[in-house]
Amino acid sequence: MKGNLAGPAAELRITNLVKRFGGSAMAANAFVAVDNISLTVPAGSFFAMLGPSGCGKTTTLRMVAGLEQPTSGEILLNGNDITHLKPYNRPVNTVFQSYALFPHLTVFENVAFGLRRKNEQNISKRVDAMLELVQLDGYGARRPAQLSGGQQQRVALARALINAPQVLLLDEPLGALDLKLRRQMQLELKRIQSEVSTTFVHVTHDQEEAMTMADTIAVMRHGRVEQLASPIDLYERPATAFVANFLGKSNLLEGRVTGTAGAMLLVETHGVALRLPAANRPAAAAELYVGVRPEKLHMTGTGAPVPAGHNALEATVTDSSFMGVSTQYVVRTAWQQELTVFAQNMGVDGMRARGTAVQLHWDPQHTFAVPRTGSPLETEAEL
Amino acid sequence: MSPVPPRRGLLSGTAWMPYALLLPGLLWLGLFFVTPILTLLSTSLQEGSISTGYRFTWRFANYTNAFSDYQAQFGRSILYAGLATLLALVICYPLAYFIAFRAGRYKNLMLLIVVAPFFTSFLIRTLSWKIILADSGWVVGMFQTLGLLPPGGRLLATSFAVVAGITYNFLPFMTLPLYTSLERLDASLIEAAGDLYAGPVTAFFKVTFPLSMPGVVAGTLLTFIPAAGDYINVRFLGTPSQSMLGNVIDSRFLAVLDYPTAAALSITLMFTILVLVGLYVRRAGTEDLV
Repeated sequence: MKGNLAGPAAELRITNLVKRFGGSAMAANAFVAVDNISLTVPAGSFFAMLGPSGCGKTTTLRMVAGLEQPTSGEILLNGNDITHLKPYNRPVNTVFQSYALFPHLTVFENVAFGLRRKNEQNISKRVDAMLELVQLDGYGARRPAQLSGGQQQRVALARALINAPQVLLLDEPLGALDLKLRRQMQLELKRIQSEVSTTFVHVTHDQEEAMTMADTIAVMRHGRVEQLASPIDLYERPATAFVANFLGKSNLLEGRVTGTAGAMLLVETHGVALRLPAANRPAAAAELYVGVRPEKLHMTGTGAPVPAGHNALEATVTDSSFMGVSTQYVVRTAWQQELTVFAQNMGVDGMRARGTAVQLHWDPQHTFAVPRTGSPLETEAEL
Repeated sequence: MSPVPPRRGLLSGTAWMPYALLLPGLLWLGLFFVTPILTLLSTSLQEGSISTGYRFTWRFANYTNAFSDYQAQFGRSILYAGLATLLALVICYPLAYFIAFRAGRYKNLMLLIVVAPFFTSFLIRTLSWKIILADSGWVVGMFQTLGLLPPGGRLLATSFAVVAGITYNFLPFMTLPLYTSLERLDASLIEAAGDLYAGPVTAFFKVTFPLSMPGVVAGTLLTFIPAAGDYINVRFLGTPSQSMLGNVIDSRFLAVLDYPTAAALSITLMFTILVLVGLYVRRAGTEDLV
């Protein structure tokens, strides 16, 4: 199954890629969409480019596809320079955001389009096999307009994959689907990727989608790569305040490094001493944000014993919303900062009322730190 | 895509409302389209002469006589209209393509220029071609210099002049529908074709052109149908040896006052065009392209 459906997966390497729109660097209306990006996508991996709209992810993808010419920089496929090849000469294929299915052709002819251009053999057999892979066997004679959104999405995928691309590019492929279908297609895409073992490069603004599917995620912002890591690393050890807020929720506390104790870094925040693994320190700077995820926080009544070595804070409950599996609390610290706490619904103690004084504590291992550049709220405004 | 429910306007509350909205149009068409056609049909089956008067006698011979007498003009109508349509398509497609995809902020200005000739009368525009193609004009001079015309040769009073005139007069009718269908074309489809190994030429013939077929069909019909009945271009730019069916109908009706023949010719032309158009639309297969 694998061998005849996909070509050899290739490593994609991007070096110093720049895309500037609107004339020269000096022009007032120049807009830098992609600002000196370098990254490597290992062969056979599922790679996601994640970021808010306007972060340059789609432009980067279009340059890899050949639909946009880079201002400077190189794009290498298995070491071969493809930067200036025409789209139709590149061994990559794209699943377009709006699918871009040919409305005047049947599903079969849509899928066969690439093979016919290359004068390949056994077209009928290969198209049927591909339609089977995307679970659309028997739909070959229909027109795209006669299919549902999810089915059109599968046709778009089949039409690209059948050409055995060395890299498959997916531009927000699930953006037009409703939530339930999107979840289903996420798993489906993952299954197909492992079946054909082609390199997938997936562009999305949906952090959950990227986390579910990708092996590696490049979080992008303002045309640059903010952080490139596995979903777990991105979540547990975000490198910047932007990443910490873009992927899930974070509580960020202004802190100042006061020293070290073995493998632990000592930080003081508004008079409270906190500890975190020294390995999580982002830079030599003394000023930083200390971060902890809402679900890592334990909430107890004031005066309850804190496990030895845990970081602890005092706060007051200002708001709570019951969400079934958990309750989301907003608490206010002594220095008037609002923090979010997710308390799992263990059925042990009831909801804590507004105004209740509480104590928060958490394992220092669950503490991360990011450089103090800009306000942590700045990134929230962007989202 | 799921089927779109019919749009409900403000006035759609009552069952009779849609018919009431149709009424003015139906009355107008009944009065000024159906009645004249029926009159024409009955006239075409009359016999007699202008001095003795015409009587309705089911005289089908009017048709056979008219057709055999004016075969040449009939053929020229179809030929000239066909040639002009083809030429207009070849001229207008690149123009419409340019306006749709490349004109940027000059799009509206260019469209205005396309329809600008409509601001002067059809007659004036055709008469100016008489000046352009005149024996002493620069076009004839250039053709002679280039050796395309022998010394002393002329353009006026030739089939060339007639076809050129018809083509010119119908350019906007061809350009606008082509522009509309190209403008609607989703640019990502062309990108997708490129992504799937189609070079620019293949992408054009496999994607762009087939998807612009509704515009091609609309444009060719809007050009061919009126062109086949045209008689102004022949009158000003041609001679009787270029005359088309329109000229015969014109003279039969208004000069000779031979109403039955003129009516029979009109009906024949109308019917022929209807059949040609029917075949063409079927062949073009644009039903499922909207």
